[in-house]
Amino acid sequence: METHKAKRVEIIIEAALESRLTDAMRKAGVTGYTILPVKGGSGRSGQWARAGQVTRGSGMVSVVCLIRPERMEELLDAAFAVVEPHIGVVSITDAEVLRAERF
Amino acid sequence: MAEILELAAGNLISPIILSFVLGLLAALARSDLTIPEAVAKGMSIYLLFAIGFKGGAGVAAHGVDTTLVLTLIVAGILSFGLPFIGFALLGLMSKFSTIDKAAVAAHYGSISIVTFVAATSVLEAQGIASEGYMVAAAAVMEAPAILSALWIVARAGGKSSGTVDAGLYREILLNGSIVLLVGSFFIGAITGKDGLDTISPFIVAPFQGVLCLFLLDMGLVAGRGLRESRGELGLGPIAFGMLMPLVGSSLGLLGALAAGLSPGGAALLMTLSASASYIAVPAAMRVALPEARPSIYLTLSLGVTFPFNLTVGIPLYTALSTAFVGG
Repeated sequence: METHKAKRVEIIIEAALESRLTDAMRKAGVTGYTILPVKGGSGRSGQWARAGQVTRGSGMVSVVCLIRPERMEELLDAAFAVVEPHIGVVSITDAEVLRAERF
Repeated sequence: MAEILELAAGNLISPIILSFVLGLLAALARSDLTIPEAVAKGMSIYLLFAIGFKGGAGVAAHGVDTTLVLTLIVAGILSFGLPFIGFALLGLMSKFSTIDKAAVAAHYGSISIVTFVAATSVLEAQGIASEGYMVAAAAVMEAPAILSALWIVARAGGKSSGTVDAGLYREILLNGSIVLLVGSFFIGAITGKDGLDTISPFIVAPFQGVLCLFLLDMGLVAGRGLRESRGELGLGPIAFGMLMPLVGSSLGLLGALAAGLSPGGAALLMTLSASASYIAVPAAMRVALPEARPSIYLTLSLGVTFPFNLTVGIPLYTALSTAFVGG
């Protein structure tokens, strides 16, 4: 089966920023993404777990976006403007997708 | 004094306080007891709806008077003003940065609706009546403190890389808790006693039981927070977490006297002024002041002030309001 090269951008960000990130992505023309709940983790800001958070603001979500390599810069510029002052992780991995016209 | 102590002791062995203590101890002992997130969210929706509805039905029964308008004005002034006092006190009692102090101050100007709910249930148990529109006062006090904190940061020259835009204001003013509380208040006010009678088997009878389970969860959250942020807070900030509610409640008492509230209403305004937010304000702070450390403001609000109000504060405010406002 034919596959096509793509980039998988994963942005783990505070839940309070979720709509700001997706708005910025849509403005940059990125309309396809998936939002996943994050169960917990540990990082520079300490350990945390989804269970027992009373506030939406202190949880995290993962926004995953598969995109054609030539469109990635646009996405990263838009995302970075939102993520930069906040807790979060941005990672990019090489991926292959079927049905390239969808990305 | 003996009466206050008796009241406090009676309050301490109530099911709601003991449920909170169970959660706190379980978390401190690292038990794996957890309340699923969706269940906790469901219970909070239930409690907000029930308290809003009952408040609205109370207003329908007793009517609207000038005290209502005065109370709402006083509530707004308290929420705007308390962060300035909190910020000044933190300057004396902590070595926090300007942004951390302002973020903590915002929490203390805003309110904890669960503390308010616990206070109403204590008043009900003691047969002390209160004005139904205190629910509206609670809603009014949610947001102004956030604006005060942002103003303090701007004036003190503190630079934050956070975002303060129309989206943030919409989130603050239309956050789910406020919409549900105010919405159910209006449903209660419109449908009155008949409406309350229709749904009372759902919102009145199970209320205390749901509150117990909710406070069990709050105990777990507070306990985990305290465990994880051990060493983060010094003695000064912890003392602030217990002093600020006393300052806030004293101003709340003055406000209640100025507005002409009943002893029950005064106790609730004192509780609102004494309580610190841990839902609406932390979410706003993450967006507007991302440099402020949640381990400071959440631990103070949830780990110190919430238990303080639940165990010592509410009986104290009830006794003082009865003594000063007359019953």
